[in-house]
Amino acid sequence: MSNIPETGRTQRVQIRLIVIQVLVFSLLLTLGGRLWYLQIRNGDEYTAEAAGNGVQQVVQPAVRGSILDARGVPLADNETRLVVSASRTELLKMKDDGVGVLTRLADVLGMKAKDVQDKVRLCDAKTPQPCWNGSPYQPIPVTDEATTQQALQIRERAEDFPGITAEPTAVRRYAAPAKAKTAQVLGYLSPVTDEEIKQAQDGPSPYLRSDQVGRSGIERTYDKELRGKAGVTRYEVDNLGRVMGEAENDPAVAGSTLVTSLDARVQAVAEYELAQAMKTVRQETDKITGRKYEADSGAVVVMESKTGRVVSMASQPDYDPNDWVGGISGKQYAKLTSKKSNYPLLNRGIQGQAPAGSIFKVVSASAAVRGGHAFNDLYECSSSYSLGNQTFANFESQGHGPITLGDALKYSCNTVFYRLGHDEWVKDGGIKPKKDAKNWFYRTARDFGLGSETGIDLPNEVKGRIPDRQWKQDFWKANKDAWCKEGKKGGTYVQQIAYESCLEGNQLKAYDSINYAIGQGDVLVTPIQMATAYAAISNGGTLHEPTVGKAVISPDGKSVREITPKAAGKLPVSARTIKDLDKGLRSVVEPGGTAAWRFGGWPQDKIPMRAKTGTAQVYGKQTTAWFATYTDDFTIVMTISQGGTGSGAAGPAVRKIYDALYGLDAEGNQDKKRALLPKPQKALPKIQSDGTIYAPKVKPYDPAPITPEQQPGGQEPQLPLQPGGQPGLTGSPASTGRQP
Amino acid sequence: MAGGFSVPRYGPDQGSWAKLTARDSVARRLDWPLLGAALALSFMGGLLVWSATRNRDHLTQGDPYFFLVRHALNTGIGLALMIGTIWLGHRTLRGAVPILYGISVLLVLAVLTPLGTTVNGAHAWIKLPAGFSIQPSEFTKITIILVMAMLLAARVDAGDQDHPDHRTVAKALGLAAVPMAIVMLMPDLGSVMVMAVIVLGVLLASGASNRWVFGLLGAGVGGAVAIWQLGLLDDYQIARFAAFANPALDPAGVGYNTNQARIAIGSGGLTGTGLFEGTQTTGQFVPEQQTDFVFTVAGEELGFLGAGLIIVLLGVVLWRACRIARETTELYGTVVAAGIIAWFAFQSFENIGMTLGIMPVAGLPLPFVSYGGSSMFAVWVAIGLLQSIRVQRPLSA
Repeated sequence: MSNIPETGRTQRVQIRLIVIQVLVFSLLLTLGGRLWYLQIRNGDEYTAEAAGNGVQQVVQPAVRGSILDARGVPLADNETRLVVSASRTELLKMKDDGVGVLTRLADVLGMKAKDVQDKVRLCDAKTPQPCWNGSPYQPIPVTDEATTQQALQIRERAEDFPGITAEPTAVRRYAAPAKAKTAQVLGYLSPVTDEEIKQAQDGPSPYLRSDQVGRSGIERTYDKELRGKAGVTRYEVDNLGRVMGEAENDPAVAGSTLVTSLDARVQAVAEYELAQAMKTVRQETDKITGRKYEADSGAVVVMESKTGRVVSMASQPDYDPNDWVGGISGKQYAKLTSKKSNYPLLNRGIQGQAPAGSIFKVVSASAAVRGGHAFNDLYECSSSYSLGNQTFANFESQGHGPITLGDALKYSCNTVFYRLGHDEWVKDGGIKPKKDAKNWFYRTARDFGLGSETGIDLPNEVKGRIPDRQWKQDFWKANKDAWCKEGKKGGTYVQQIAYESCLEGNQLKAYDSINYAIGQGDVLVTPIQMATAYAAISNGGTLHEPTVGKAVISPDGKSVREITPKAAGKLPVSARTIKDLDKGLRSVVEPGGTAAWRFGGWPQDKIPMRAKTGTAQVYGKQTTAWFATYTDDFTIVMTISQGGTGSGAAGPAVRKIYDALYGLDAEGNQDKKRALLPKPQKALPKIQSDGTIYAPKVKPYDPAPITPEQQPGGQEPQLPLQPGGQPGLTGSPASTGRQP
Repeated sequence: MAGGFSVPRYGPDQGSWAKLTARDSVARRLDWPLLGAALALSFMGGLLVWSATRNRDHLTQGDPYFFLVRHALNTGIGLALMIGTIWLGHRTLRGAVPILYGISVLLVLAVLTPLGTTVNGAHAWIKLPAGFSIQPSEFTKITIILVMAMLLAARVDAGDQDHPDHRTVAKALGLAAVPMAIVMLMPDLGSVMVMAVIVLGVLLASGASNRWVFGLLGAGVGGAVAIWQLGLLDDYQIARFAAFANPALDPAGVGYNTNQARIAIGSGGLTGTGLFEGTQTTGQFVPEQQTDFVFTVAGEELGFLGAGLIIVLLGVVLWRACRIARETTELYGTVVAAGIIAWFAFQSFENIGMTLGIMPVAGLPLPFVSYGGSSMFAVWVAIGLLQSIRVQRPLSA
């Protein structure tokens, strides 16, 4: 290597110095380039991120509005509970991620350390419940059942419990006044889901992470009104959460109060009597199947006849809505949704559907009148009705000779309606319908509000079904393939049915129309539909959209929005015919009528009672009991699945509800003081000067002990036993495995 | 030679002002752009440290000027150290190098004794009375440069060899390895990385055989792999590397520093939010912002222009240092300057690079800008060495 003269150093060093210089400046250029990329090219993105960084949202949950009964008794309100919460952000700042603190906390609360840790972990796809589904910045509730003692320990030893708070917090309470659970009607709450937050994001009432949302019942229908608006304060904070800048404050607005048309006392009676009726009938042996009645489920609806307002609605089996408060446990949830418990979450008043049986005959009578048959003409009530080689027997196989349609209701004469239904079917062209087929029986059912939702202010109401020609066609199309596969000529009963259905299941057959005329076959109705229809007969023909909500009152009591009953339609018959129907239904409880034995001593002159019994056959099950009744003011419809006959199973319970409403004793003497609700509650509860609503005290329902003398007199008419266990129907394949 | 501040050919009859301003005076021969750039960096550092700390009450005990005053003081002491170094001259210091080296090794050893304290996971500090503490590894960077330069240049400058022989290189490496090993034990990985780059720079500039240079590079890579495989790193160090590879990994945990730092810088835009106006800075979202992450304050509050200016000023310092390295006549001066270049360049690149998310996080201060006495003193001594090399250059011509 040669020396470079002026420096006396080798070329190697000189070259290496240049290499170093190039390296150094390329490093600096890299930094400059990266700086440009971050600040100029992507600057906006980071500016936005920095803006969101220092803002902390503090949410003050709005107190959810109460749900009151018609007189102001709270059915759902809030109670103050000591809620112990853990701040995840605080815990994560600790060296052990807060495990120590949580363990100490579990100790104080008497819980397992693992359970507490599970409760504060965040939910994700891999994390099963229990876990926290809300915002990680929101304090996570560990328990809402802390005792004062526990809360004090946590507060006094704050240094041992950093990030843990014990605060009194408003928690939903279903008060069950007078022991009325009102479970399915009230519904329940559960935390809002991510999806819902996203969906409601740009809507008029977006959800907050901490929100509880009504999942069913009125909690759901009136969720927006009840929820209120959570308060949000946005603070500019530093990294430790210390407030630095301006706070934007949106104060919390409490939810409105919902006054319902329910009466807690009547609800208690209805619930008790329904459960009691089911219990009683389970002791009785079904003469058709030879087994005790299952009475697996039931429902009762008490409605104001003139407005469609629901005074009470009970559904069995039921549950305690408080199970949902503070998060439902996996075990409880499984129980509520299991087949074994027969789905107590279902509100069978609006979600239970069954063939109507004879309570359908008011529809058939109306249809006959529309078809040109005079109500008071005489129609042959023979002991049976023949169609080809099939025989359709009358109830008890008893004939009553020529009778009016009113008497046909009174005796619940099947053959009169078989004939009328069959006649109309023939008039319409039979299996090949004429172009101008009137289909009076089917149209009338729809005009009575059947086959579609009543529009009650409760979610997930079911439609029922009117099996008209169109439905037959659609149903056949949907099931044809399965039937054709399963069907076998000359096979078992089910195979034979499937075989026939495969070939001509799209035709409305003569026996379909005959069965349908007495509410059998494929027709399905819900208790609320039948209550609405009978209430319409009661009030002169107006079908109402039933309502549970009656008024929404602002939290300060200053603004009251009444929910006025809406008419959904008119019965498709004249006032004259309605009067005739009313008279016929009145005779049902009078001597000779099918419900007379249940109304011995009823003050018919003072409080005229109309009723219709129904005993609907369901393939493969015991009969469904129906009882539809009304007075001038109230309509009560009760049904018990696999409960036997309408008057037998539901009669006493319905009468007891009326007794309680009007203050009647078993002999029919009225004691107005004992009457819970002799007239529908018109006025809204009293709003006191401080904006709160006066809540009268209620006593639990005390069912009068039944003494032998008080046993209603009379004998239940015996159901005749038919070959094949199909009472009243011989050789009819109408009621088949197609029942849902 | 007793001192470099006055040069014998100027007679004692001249006044001191005249001496200072004379054509060949030390003052005239000082590298003023180098000094100016270093001073400007320290001044900007003061502002940024002040902005970052003025409302961090837990650090300042309520005095918003606490860090500003100390930073200014550190800079003042640093300047004095520079003047002292120039006055002594790097050649004079050459005689004292073995002693300085011995002291610095003892100091880093002392850190491992109960005298040492731990800051941010690195056991790299010695606590002194009155709340002061020193970080010996900063001074060790200088002594490694000096001791290696002394060995490697001795026989070349004497004219015996063109390039240092293998024995000398091996010896020099051995001397560098001792304090590096100790610092590694602290563990202060960042400083070891800087020292390794210094060693590489020194070797390159000394003209040592290519075999040594590439061998050392290979050993560095191999060593890094071995350290990784043998699990010699602490969890926090692994976590930093993991966060570097994927900052979104855990934005509340290990990735937090880098994420917040990048947000701070990114949000600055062209002109920044203005001093004291940065929400990331006032909100204290970036940890260690007055020391290792001081660049983020510049990024957020002074924007691309301010942060870019810091890079430009560092560029000026490095440019002048390169010139000094190239223009000095003795290998000793060249090697010392090259060591300092390697040190400043790598440490700046690592420090700024980690705030920009292109380097893993390591606890290294930004020369002149970051708050911290030891670092400030060390870099100013280095400036003193560079000036001394420049001032004394013509003598050998």
